[in-house]
Amino acid sequence: MTVPVLVLEDVSRTHGTGDNAVHALRGVSLEVMEGELVAVMGPSGSGKSTLLNVAGGLDRPTSGRATVDGVDLGSLGAKELARVRRRRIGFVFQDYNLIPSLTAAENVGLPLELDGMRPRTARRNARHALDVLGLADLADRYPDAMSGGQQQRVAIARALVGTRRLVMADEPTGALDTTTGEEVLRVLRKRCDDGASGLLVTHEARHAAWADRVVFLRDGVVVDTTGSPREPEDLLDEAPAR
Amino acid sequence: MSVRLGLMALLAEGPMYGAGLRTAFEERTGGTWPLNVGQVYTTLGRLERDGLVEQAGPPDPEGRISYRLTDAGRAAVEEWWRSPVDRVSTPRDELVIKLALAVTVSGVDVQSVAQTQRTATLRHLRDLTRLKQRALDAIGAGIGDRGADDGGIGGDGTADHADPDRDLAWLLVLENHIFSAEAEVRWLDHVETRLAQAGRRPHAASTRHHAASTRHTDPVQPPERASVETTGGHP
Ligand SMILES: Nc1ncnc2c1ncn2[C@@H]1O[C@H](COP(=O)(O)OP(=O)(O)OP(=O)(O)O)[C@@H](O)[C@H]1O
Ligand SMILES: [Mg+2]
Repeated sequence: MTVPVLVLEDVSRTHGTGDNAVHALRGVSLEVMEGELVAVMGPSGSGKSTLLNVAGGLDRPTSGRATVDGVDLGSLGAKELARVRRRRIGFVFQDYNLIPSLTAAENVGLPLELDGMRPRTARRNARHALDVLGLADLADRYPDAMSGGQQQRVAIARALVGTRRLVMADEPTGALDTTTGEEVLRVLRKRCDDGASGLLVTHEARHAAWADRVVFLRDGVVVDTTGSPREPEDLLDEAPAR
Repeated sequence: MSVRLGLMALLAEGPMYGAGLRTAFEERTGGTWPLNVGQVYTTLGRLERDGLVEQAGPPDPEGRISYRLTDAGRAAVEEWWRSPVDRVSTPRDELVIKLALAVTVSGVDVQSVAQTQRTATLRHLRDLTRLKQRALDAIGAGIGDRGADDGGIGGDGTADHADPDRDLAWLLVLENHIFSAEAEVRWLDHVETRLAQAGRRPHAASTRHHAASTRHTDPVQPPERASVETTGGHP
């Protein structure tokens, strides 16, 4: 956990101008390390989605800098940016994640195909990615034959297939019940334990608690953070009586 | 601990008699923690012994003694506002009492009390979740083929797989703690929204009367009391 995969430096994002200007982000700095899962919490309208979109190159900051794997996203043209996103960054949204006419394996393989990999190879990689997450049984199913939680876990597999190591997840458990939501978080946690990095927006404290660190946003400003965790060995000493 | 600090928090507003302190404490915390006068005087005695309060003057004609904070007492109260309640070592209701007092005592930044607490509780929640992650691995409710033996922390034998029932019981205990920590965070979110609605953005509350001569009930501000009651009943 020493290499920062994502770096935000003094990022501001203002929508509109003059009297209509909305300062969605104001001077936000944040690093996400390799293998780290960071959760972002905050009231509605505090800038969480804006933060995620800027970090993932879907939106550009008004000032400040977003760097992924050492590449300053602001220095890239539209085409290069699209390529960086395809190769390094995966997104998981609240819903509408998977393409309905493709099977799970085809959905997961899609980013690889878009990046020029041959369909057969892409499909094989996709199956492996599903397998690692315990989703092998779902490979040939279509989204409408999967539960919401299963779809979201497949979406995480897709977000992190191939060379991608950074996943942005915006309320990925939003439409799910508590147990199903938790399965999604466990999958995300596992991928980060295996070396990926994640930035997760959630309203649920119990879900944010799967992250290494929680950052609180209010009115576009980071107001607090939990800091990084201690080792599990120390935790047992203070755990509830066993 | 909370009775001591609760009384001291009230004394931060000005000297008070024991009886007045008792009434003020009960009213402002919505009766969450009923006190008898004996408890109040015992506590004041201990605080005096510890140098945190002192007698504000000689007894009045009816023999009642008014107490006030010492500098050390004032510092202890400031520290209490600044630091989160430790869920492991304090009684459940301390946080409720603390927030109720923070709302009524002048000059306390309630939003920051709530935020500090939320961060601390989330940290606690995260620690519990990591323990839970291990417990799940031990039980074998693992995800994928590589289950417990590639995580580095789950498969080292510490969990002693001999007794699955015990592992399951442990998991349930952890989850109970997780749900109550989550409830606390949700309540704190709600408190924050409620305070914002009531126009209590981070700034010092206006200075209120000093209770030097309080002999009767210390008046309770109706809107604040009302908000304590509504938030208290929230799931
Ligand atoms: N395209 C836009 N044009 C103008 N204002 C915008 C735009 N997108 C977002 N905003 C504003 O920026 C602020 C932050 O929005 P954002 O979507 O990041 O909030 P959020 O924290 O994700 O909220 P929620 O929890 O409701 O999803 C809000 O005030 C929002 O109205
Ligand atoms: Mg949003």
